[in-house]
Amino acid sequence: MQIAERLKDGFTILDLTGDIDLANSPMLRKALLGEIKEKKTPKVFLNLKGVRYIDSSGIATLVEGLKAARETGTRLILYGLSTSVREVMQLSRLQKLFEIFDTEEQALAS
Amino acid sequence: MRGGRDKSSGKKKPGKRKESTRQGWTLRLQLKSNPEALSLVRAAVERAAELLHFGEVESRAIVRSVDEGLANVIRHAYGGKGGRPIEVACYTVPDPKKGRAAGGIEVILRDSGTPIDPSKLKGRPLDDLRPGGLGLHFMKESMDKVEFSRQKGKNQLRLVKYLT
Repeated sequence: MQIAERLKDGFTILDLTGDIDLANSPMLRKALLGEIKEKKTPKVFLNLKGVRYIDSSGIATLVEGLKAARETGTRLILYGLSTSVREVMQLSRLQKLFEIFDTEEQALAS
Repeated sequence: MRGGRDKSSGKKKPGKRKESTRQGWTLRLQLKSNPEALSLVRAAVERAAELLHFGEVESRAIVRSVDEGLANVIRHAYGGKGGRPIEVACYTVPDPKKGRAAGGIEVILRDSGTPIDPSKLKGRPLDDLRPGGLGLHFMKESMDKVEFSRQKGKNQLRLVKYLT
């Protein structure tokens, strides 16, 4: 998995590419919590368009990020979920807890 | 991957009864308990599921379950320690309800880690917002059979999914 950070319209976007699994979910955790806890970014956008696979450790990382975001008042926004990632979100029954949008435009406009 | 029937078929040994139904090809992988190995196993199992004519959704379910099973071995049976042995074996199995020759896939994971007590395995409540505990839930939701056992000093996870 690769994580690229960019700014658009004054917001931080993390572009994720590849598989999120036990091998690299710690890298996602570090990047996500860094934005939320250390930088205290008001809105963090996760672009999952390039993510083909996510496992339970990846979902757990997102949950941890969501909890941290709630504590700091950050909005954690996901978009571009593939069919595979949507399946796993539905399996976890956590999708209603996250702000999820189809496209970057929709996410940024939210 | 190798062709031909499972040589162990029909042997009357403890724990071998289920193997008597195995047929067709076999895929065997031996790997170490390093998370970096997971992507390789996912690729191999995905291809195996495709060869058995599982659809995309079912193939993803099988891959997800094997991946979660392996992640549990690495995290729990081996306590996150790398370099420990894990065996993955995939077989074609007939569907007992339909009697088809290649009616499904059976995946066996074996490890030599800390014994797992199947009675203590349970997924977490899904309405609880906290990380962890999802892997077993994913497996049970995705497969027709999820069976944990301890055989010959090894943990064994048996995953079966039939073609629909």
